[in-house]
Amino acid sequence: MGVYFSIILGMVLVNNYPLAQFLGICPFLGVSKKLDSSLGMGIAVIFVMVMATAATWPIMRLLDSWNIAYLQTVVFILVIAALVQFVEMVLKKFVPALHKALGVYLPLITTNCAVLGVCINNIDLGYNYPQALVNAFGAGVGFLLAMIIFSGMRQKLENNDKVPKPFQGVPITMTTAALLSLAFMGFGGLV
Amino acid sequence: MNAILTPVLLVVVMGFVFAVILTIASKVFYVPVDETVTNLAAVLPGANCGGCGFAGCSDYANALAADPEGVGPNKCPVGGADVAAKLAEILGIEAGSSEPQVAVVMCNGNSANAKSFAEYQGPLTCSAAATLFGGNNACKYGCLGLGDCTRACNFGAIKVCDGVAVVARELCTGCGACASTCPKHIIRIAPARNKVVVQCSNTDKGAQTRKACAVGCIGCGKCQKVCKFEAITIENNLAHIDPDKCKNCGLCSKECPTHAINNMRAKRQTAKKEAPKKVEAAPVVPPTQGESPRVNA
Repeated sequence: MGVYFSIILGMVLVNNYPLAQFLGICPFLGVSKKLDSSLGMGIAVIFVMVMATAATWPIMRLLDSWNIAYLQTVVFILVIAALVQFVEMVLKKFVPALHKALGVYLPLITTNCAVLGVCINNIDLGYNYPQALVNAFGAGVGFLLAMIIFSGMRQKLENNDKVPKPFQGVPITMTTAALLSLAFMGFGGLV
Repeated sequence: MNAILTPVLLVVVMGFVFAVILTIASKVFYVPVDETVTNLAAVLPGANCGGCGFAGCSDYANALAADPEGVGPNKCPVGGADVAAKLAEILGIEAGSSEPQVAVVMCNGNSANAKSFAEYQGPLTCSAAATLFGGNNACKYGCLGLGDCTRACNFGAIKVCDGVAVVARELCTGCGACASTCPKHIIRIAPARNKVVVQCSNTDKGAQTRKACAVGCIGCGKCQKVCKFEAITIENNLAHIDPDKCKNCGLCSKECPTHAINNMRAKRQTAKKEAPKKVEAAPVVPPTQGESPRVNA
């Protein structure tokens, strides 16, 4: 149990994907303008990460046994993309409420680098199957946390006219992201 | 050779298998989209302003398809009667009336007329300013002029001119986005045919109103007496024009000692001639013009 806890804590705070490993920066900066959209994105990321891990971990076993482990990236991208599309169709048919809640974010993150990253990291770190699933879940929660913190800060910044003109828009967003990342570095060594 | 062939074949086969699975899945899990919804959404303007009371045009189309009579095809203020008729035709029901509406700013206290009691240095949004003692205006009811309504408007129909919001009536669709944004609640959605409007929201006593603003309604009742159609009532020291009874004659606006009642139609034609005398000159400002031709007394 302690192992799983430390995996989750490590992924949420110490190795937070957007803030400490700099994966998934694109949605982190792109979809964080509003709190509710960043929430939707974060939940969709958790969903896709766990699902992608559940599919890719067994596939890696197959690749290993056939001695073609170097095809990892290509195969993973293919599998994740197809899987997410498939799940989207199934959700639309059988769980319309969930499909509506996840909305456009589900296909948007099909081959997001954070999703691919969590699958590859699971293999590289030598996790077993349940550990890999927990790791993926923790990574998703970390992403959600970073999104929510960042979107809250961005909303405050947008309501403020104290930002000097040259810094308005993207520059102040980048600076904020950098400072937030620096703050998360403070969790280093926690786990 | 095998070292190349195997991975290539593997990836090709995988791609093919996934393609087949997805194609089959798209047929098996096909969710029929209601054709009416697609047709309705195509007719709607697509501005997603939320004036109909739904989250956007497609949301309105969905609701309309589900319950045509209950929702009603005349909710779109942007499309007006044209769109309502088209929607009704698709649904095969009566259109109902859709009277054009416009936003009316119930304040004309620009920077020259309305006094301020403090200098405001916070974030330049009305919502922020309103949280600090209700803003820096001496009049607690007046327009803060920081443009929350301008930012809310999807049609460029409301601009802040000289410290007070001004609606360009020909551009306004009456969607009500500005009215729901305004922290002072001084923007009303009213029928467009009513050209004579009370541009004040101050319910204080006359003397107090005068101290705060030169163009505030002091509740003197002259308009009530002069009105031939009994359209005007004074409530809480503020004149109110009944939109159903008003015939746009404009007598009240001529009689009003503080120019709190304004005739939008007369203003347009005679703005230049009357400008030196009148406090509030031209409320209709095309957005391209930027600055208003307003002249202060």
